[in-house]
Amino acid sequence: MVLQSSLKNCLQLSCILRTLKAGFRSTTSGGLIIQSVSNDVYQNLAVEDWIHDHMNLENRQVLFLWRNSPAVVIGRHQNPWQECNLRLLRQKNIKLARRRSGGGTVYHDLGNINLTFFTTRKKYERMENLKLVVKALKALRPQLDVHVTDRYDILLDRQYKISGTAAKLGRTTAYHHCTLLCNADKFVLSSVLKSPYKGLKSNATPSVPASVKNLFEEDPSLTCEMLLDAIVEEYATQHQIDHHITLINPADETVLPGINNKTKELQTWEWVYGKTPKFSISTGFNMVYKDSVLDVKVDMDVKHGRIEVCNIDLPEQWLPPALCSELVKNLTGSKFCPNETTTLATTLLRVCPQDDELHSRWNLLCENMIMLM
Amino acid sequence: VCIHRVRSCSSIRFIKSKYVCVFDKSALKFSHQQRLFRTSAVSCGQIVQFKLSDIGEGITEVTVKEWYIKEGDSVSQFDSICEVQSDKASVTITSRYDGIIRKLHYSLDEIAYVGKPLVDIEIDTSKGVAPEEDVVETPPMSHEEHTHQEIKGHKTLATPAVRRLAMENNIKLSEIVGTGKDNRILKEDILNYLAKQTGAILPPSPKAEIIPPLPKSETVPAAPKDKARKIPVPVSRPIVFSGKDKTEPVTGFHKAMVKTMSAALKIPHFGYCDEIDLTQLVQLREELKPVAQLRGVKLSFMPFFIKAASLGLLQYPILNASLDESCQNVTYKASHNIGVAMDTEQGLIVPNVKNVQVCSIFEIASELNRLQSLGSAGQLGTNDLTGGTFTLSNIGTIGGTYTKPVILPPEVAIGALGKIQVLPRFNEKGEVFKAQIMNVSWSADHRIVDGATMARFSNLWKSYLENPASMLLDLK
Repeated sequence: MVLQSSLKNCLQLSCILRTLKAGFRSTTSGGLIIQSVSNDVYQNLAVEDWIHDHMNLENRQVLFLWRNSPAVVIGRHQNPWQECNLRLLRQKNIKLARRRSGGGTVYHDLGNINLTFFTTRKKYERMENLKLVVKALKALRPQLDVHVTDRYDILLDRQYKISGTAAKLGRTTAYHHCTLLCNADKFVLSSVLKSPYKGLKSNATPSVPASVKNLFEEDPSLTCEMLLDAIVEEYATQHQIDHHITLINPADETVLPGINNKTKELQTWEWVYGKTPKFSISTGFNMVYKDSVLDVKVDMDVKHGRIEVCNIDLPEQWLPPALCSELVKNLTGSKFCPNETTTLATTLLRVCPQDDELHSRWNLLCENMIMLM
Repeated sequence: VCIHRVRSCSSIRFIKSKYVCVFDKSALKFSHQQRLFRTSAVSCGQIVQFKLSDIGEGITEVTVKEWYIKEGDSVSQFDSICEVQSDKASVTITSRYDGIIRKLHYSLDEIAYVGKPLVDIEIDTSKGVAPEEDVVETPPMSHEEHTHQEIKGHKTLATPAVRRLAMENNIKLSEIVGTGKDNRILKEDILNYLAKQTGAILPPSPKAEIIPPLPKSETVPAAPKDKARKIPVPVSRPIVFSGKDKTEPVTGFHKAMVKTMSAALKIPHFGYCDEIDLTQLVQLREELKPVAQLRGVKLSFMPFFIKAASLGLLQYPILNASLDESCQNVTYKASHNIGVAMDTEQGLIVPNVKNVQVCSIFEIASELNRLQSLGSAGQLGTNDLTGGTFTLSNIGTIGGTYTKPVILPPEVAIGALGKIQVLPRFNEKGEVFKAQIMNVSWSADHRIVDGATMARFSNLWKSYLENPASMLLDLK
């Protein structure tokens, strides 16, 4: 039994090895092109991690092609509250992921292509990669006005951004990945990438908003498959390898041992939200209660995604002060998360006087607090 | 001058590899400026300034975004020290040395410069003599220096980690044949050498392009070589358990639980249990399931349990009441807002179905569907989670028969349902038949609820469920 399964592992691995070896012609121009069969953003990001951690890229470079179902991907050091409309994401069931590379926030859906160029740290060279992409696009449609800026963006018609870039450098390996807008939903893109949260102050990397355009809008005959094909062709030519794409399943532990742990880690709250650099919120809201409008001021410090300091300024005696301080005391140390705050708020109601008036005021205040998250 | 110094300390083996670290082949190739500094052994350590190495693309400055270590932590070579960012690139800086972090030269969000010190590391030179030494501090090293070291006069190529392994096992590197590039000695070579000595089987190392992580289970894609050849001789080693206790503050859901349960402790609970024959209900539900499905609603047993409970509460309203803090007044709640305990990833939540007394079973089922999908998405609102007057907990979906549920204040009663089991029972004719049996465990506040009331309520609830047709008579 054991021998069979290890033989199977061996065979699958040896397939990859053979492909790797086949791609290996000379010490500098070896290459491997792989494409993910999954559209899950976490699985695909995990593949990047896996290759970064485990593959020896001394003699070959790797191009990884992937696409995701709707997701917002923030950079390593960014603040999701600052970058996108989390409420809208939750409503529309759009995933939120934090990647390990730097840079800004992007929206992915199946109309967007992701390309990752893996090299050794020495051979890390973003400009070259982007020029390759532009060359591929021009080979496909010579009339396209596309060029690379010195901010590592690719612009269409000198004004519209069609590709953004980010990179991750480790001890011995590095990767540079970029997006390419073929036919993404621009309406959803612009609505999810607009943050409704006010009063945020943070040192997190901010995104630089840009006008975007799909290549499909410029030339309706273009599809994602055509773009992928053109890029693969160019990569294969430049690296002197076969135009051959190896499909990879990000859930397959036998080919990528340890990958499922990586996928899980990328989905944890601690990674997605907890890695947000320390930030503070100083804001307020108006509550309409019966015939009056109440002004409430809120100040909070959030570190590792948890509320470190909390201050709520309410009109006097609107709620019993003991209850207010109970709320503040409980919020301190808990996650800056609507779900957790709801649980805490509703639980606190169980142990305070059973008064309908009190309950409705409490619920109103808590609903508004939750809107901040 | 420096060469002479190194030779003089070559007899002291345990510090040899550490000093070798600062020598670099590239230092001999290129003529960079070198800084010499003397170190004298005052304490056991020797502070080395670890400089930020070249990032590439001509970048000279980066922002420090996260520290993985703090002053006083011990690090090993290749451990991650910090994360820096430059122009959309996030870079993980790893340690070049083993030692203890003595100083962080930058705080978060400060700009760090390539070639300037990042951290000070104290390299352990204790265990004896630590003579004065001239240590050559080379400029930002190239990336190859990790894998390629050279001692002056003795060309043994091996990484410091491999050297350490050899040293720990008292092996002279000169006795080993290196199989790596340029006859470099690899970890496998040391292990193979050891294997030959002890006759033990070592994990076969895949000399592949893909380097798998440390095997945790049998999912390691190792090439199966020579497994049948040698008889394994167990190498005895003391079993070291390296698990550590982990303490973390109680926050969030757990904090909420602590609050609720501490308040519940004040309530004197009494329990009452019974078994319910659900044979007829099971059949009824099978018939009604597709009907509900056509209307887009998933029908479980809960809507029946909830409605039957509400019918029972109409007869025994004390179970749908609330006792105030001072135990002076009992408030009989008009609405039957029946809570359903739900287990989510984060913990226990209890949303409630409002006004069950005026809802049909189908409406209850539909509402349950809504609460369940919101609950699993973590999007339940405060309205759904407050105002409950009575609670049912279907722990049976996970397992169990009888339990001792805890009342959720400000309520006075709770029921926990075990799993449905197929058991033999006797019918009126004295024959044995297959019955679908479920156990129920009630808990009530003995300050205002007595055992008889609870028992009668339970019997009524039981009769509705054992004979679902009887519910039709009393449905409002």
